[in-house]
Amino acid sequence: MNSRVRKLREWSIRAKPYITPERAVLMTEFYESPLADQSSAPVRRALALKYLLEKKAIWIGHGELIVGERGPAPKAVPTYPEICCHSLNDLEILNSREKTAYTVDEETERTYRESIIPFWKGKSIRDMIFDSVSDEWKAAYEAGVFTEFLEQRAPGHTVLDNKIYSKGLLDFEKDIERSIANLDLLHDAKASEKMEELKAMKIAADALIRYAERHAEKAKELLKKERNAGRKEELKKIIDVCSRVPAYAPRDFWEALQYYWFVHLGVIIELNPWDAFNPGRLDQHLYPFYKKGLEDGTLTKEKAKELLQLLWIKFNNQPAPPKVGVTAEESNTYNDFALINTGGVKIDGSDAVNELSYLILDVVEEMRILQPSSMVQISKKTPDEFLTRALRVIKTGFGQPSVFNTDEIVQELLRQGKTVEDARDGGSSGCVETGAFGKECYILTGYFNLVKVLEITLNNGIDPRTGRKIGLATGDPKDFNNFDDLLDAFRKQLQHSIDVKIEGNNVIERLYADYLPVPFLSLMISDCIASGKDYNDGGARYNTSYIQGVGLGTLTDSLTALKYQIFDRKEISFPGLLKALRTDFDGFEKLRQRLLNKTPKYGNDDDYADEITRTIFEAYFNAVDGRPNMKGGTYRINLLPTTVHIYFGKVVGATPDGRKAGEPLSEGVSPVQGADRSGPTAVIKSVSKIDHFRTGGTLLNQKFAPDLLTDEVGVGKLSHLIRTYFRLGGHHIQFNVINAQTLRDAQRHPEKYRDLMVRVAGYSDYFVNLSVDLQNEIIRRTEHKSF
Amino acid sequence: MVVNKERCNLCGFCAEKCPTDALTFVGKELTVKKVIQEVEKDSLFYDESKGGVTFSGGEPFMQIDFLESLLTECKARGVRTAVDTSGYAPWDAVERIAEKVDLFLYDIKAIDDAAHRKYTGVSNKRILDNFRRLAERGSDLYARFVVVPGINDDKANVLETAEFVKSCGVKQANLLPYHRAGIEKYRGLGRRYRLGTLKSPSDQKLKAIKRQFERVGLSVRVGGG
Repeated sequence: MNSRVRKLREWSIRAKPYITPERAVLMTEFYESPLADQSSAPVRRALALKYLLEKKAIWIGHGELIVGERGPAPKAVPTYPEICCHSLNDLEILNSREKTAYTVDEETERTYRESIIPFWKGKSIRDMIFDSVSDEWKAAYEAGVFTEFLEQRAPGHTVLDNKIYSKGLLDFEKDIERSIANLDLLHDAKASEKMEELKAMKIAADALIRYAERHAEKAKELLKKERNAGRKEELKKIIDVCSRVPAYAPRDFWEALQYYWFVHLGVIIELNPWDAFNPGRLDQHLYPFYKKGLEDGTLTKEKAKELLQLLWIKFNNQPAPPKVGVTAEESNTYNDFALINTGGVKIDGSDAVNELSYLILDVVEEMRILQPSSMVQISKKTPDEFLTRALRVIKTGFGQPSVFNTDEIVQELLRQGKTVEDARDGGSSGCVETGAFGKECYILTGYFNLVKVLEITLNNGIDPRTGRKIGLATGDPKDFNNFDDLLDAFRKQLQHSIDVKIEGNNVIERLYADYLPVPFLSLMISDCIASGKDYNDGGARYNTSYIQGVGLGTLTDSLTALKYQIFDRKEISFPGLLKALRTDFDGFEKLRQRLLNKTPKYGNDDDYADEITRTIFEAYFNAVDGRPNMKGGTYRINLLPTTVHIYFGKVVGATPDGRKAGEPLSEGVSPVQGADRSGPTAVIKSVSKIDHFRTGGTLLNQKFAPDLLTDEVGVGKLSHLIRTYFRLGGHHIQFNVINAQTLRDAQRHPEKYRDLMVRVAGYSDYFVNLSVDLQNEIIRRTEHKSF
Repeated sequence: MVVNKERCNLCGFCAEKCPTDALTFVGKELTVKKVIQEVEKDSLFYDESKGGVTFSGGEPFMQIDFLESLLTECKARGVRTAVDTSGYAPWDAVERIAEKVDLFLYDIKAIDDAAHRKYTGVSNKRILDNFRRLAERGSDLYARFVVVPGINDDKANVLETAEFVKSCGVKQANLLPYHRAGIEKYRGLGRRYRLGTLKSPSDQKLKAIKRQFERVGLSVRVGGG
């Protein structure tokens, strides 16, 4: 990377995230003004955005070419009091917590104390949510049966398609006018509501155009003072670009990137939607500009790379909005989950890999920064060369890019009712969520603790941690005559808890539709303009609500242990096991070891356990899939955890798989940590036994030591492993290259790392099976080779 | 639990009862059908990687009838096969299966017969003969040279080994650096490990040996496969 990129990157990495009260202050000023009272909800929100974009500070950093910040400066993180009004205690926690801290200075605290909190307390959507949901919902939420995604952040989770690259916002406004002209005020009872929404969209579009102009004005000011001739030229170009986009369609690569970035800022300033925003299939969108630029000599490969790297830095400058409480536990990271897609297929079904796909991988490899995340879409048609290039980036060891199965994504979208074109134009975002980019509102509504449901089942509807009744009375497990009785009771509890969750979702999503519409985001997602409806109110072409199941591995191993030890082999009695669970295996260590070591486990291509995984999958799928959501769309499932498996583990006591109380649950569709002892191909086989096709995304993590990939043979093997997983219908796989610290932990806790494979000397072996000397040798080697 | 190893009749009860898997039973009795079932579980992976099954050991020739049946079943299913062997077997046994083996991974431990006798207890004559005859009948062979510092890594032995391999018309040699992973296994079996503190060969030494092999015109890889 060149020195400009190096400096800005360093700065971005080194700067500590801090809370800026800028947005909260401006939002409060707006809501205190008469403007806020005199309009409909969508217009009010559009005017609020306009107010923010007109008043907020403009930042053009030295050396920057792509401009615009969400806050007054890089790493300045705004708050969204209309969604969640942080208390002084929240601010204190944010400031002082060990992980993912945000600095809060005295001035910010004072502003909060004197003006933000007094105005917003009790009025935020978070307050409304907890006032509106049922007691049953609250009891389940507090027990950790599920989390609630929308209590601190807005619905979003969506991704842009290519619509901005051929149209300026002024063209969007023409579409709005057409849509207004088509309104049937005589026969359509909703016409006046639609009119308000469409007016709001126009205000929002104008607001972003004005925001861009303010950057041009700022650049003009800087130009007057600038002495350096080179920088003067750059500022002139910035003025030119910011006067052009987003009002008009971009003419070149630079304008296209800057246009996207302004749109991105519009979305994340309007509200704090989950997963920020995301350009999606960047190699596809930008390729025409790249090609044209190279052909007419206005762009070089190096310049394109530099501009992309500067865009990457812009992403990294925007840490996730601060989260507190359960939401912080489920997603404890600065990463805001913008996931750049490369590769995949074109709308006509042909391979989409192009030169830019490779260039983006170069950028990912060089930048090595937290944000944005990146992924490669691999279809049957993707050349091995591209997968191999991606693996060479992966082996450098920072978990990027993750690898997705395009063919499976397309199938998933088709099953959900998308057209062939919309399915092929889609991809995955956030962690692994499948979506029809630019056309779908697909929101995650909360994680669902599958293992907690088993715990409730084993306690006849009671949460043993608190003694509170949070489920149905499905009978004392001692009276279950066979495994099917147990499964029936589990299914009933599962259905009940899902019902509670969905009932709450319907209330909460309605609150967003009524109080916090998003006219700006709605501009970007088809067919909100055509339908005159907001993104948060079902305006998108497709509307999907996900409930993300967590703990598949732990639940499988627990049910397997019950079936195997109690009902099949009759080696352990049900009352005896329940007693051991209640005491957290205190005095039952031998029993626990039996459960850990002498019981079939998921992840070993053993049908005894894997059949139970399938049963659980079907039960979860049937409880959720196909149910209507508030937006006229449908509920679907996916299986991913972010960091919630840690929190969910904390609220679940000891489990029949031998897991002790409070320990993490398994994550994604991965086996329980250390339970897979039959090698990576067996994991792949087990995980493929669930029907990924009927989900909207699954997550599989695999660990390996950097040595496994030192040569081409190793890279080739991994590539074959991925191709086979994808042939078997796998959705996603990602690789964590382990470091020396992990290996040391494995020495101390071998039971958690039975699956950890390392390269020994021309061959691979399980780390825990090696002698201490050899382990130490590998640790020393890893220290040298992990980056 | 008390285990009296002197009276052990390999019943496996101790390992079955050990809840932590601290005692494990290595190896199990399998039928041809069972092995083939296991092999077929991974058939999709072989499709992608053009890989297959490697029969190793111990020494697969110790169970020549079983090996032959497995190879026959694999061939019938189109699964590629490799046999990892010390080569110490009667020629008629080797010849019996040669047609059904896609690749031999063939150890050559020392070219000097006296050294070979000293460290393995047997002459290498049969091993080298079999190697040459397999090469002559057109079998695909990788010569595997286990590099044990101070025992077979001297220049003369390396050169002579390389030249022998080359003279048979074999093109691929693999260097297998000695490693100490066996120490734990010996300890587990309650046996004395006789190489004591012997270290793995250095990268530098391996490179030098690799160059020696390459100089006679062989293609060389460090590691198996």
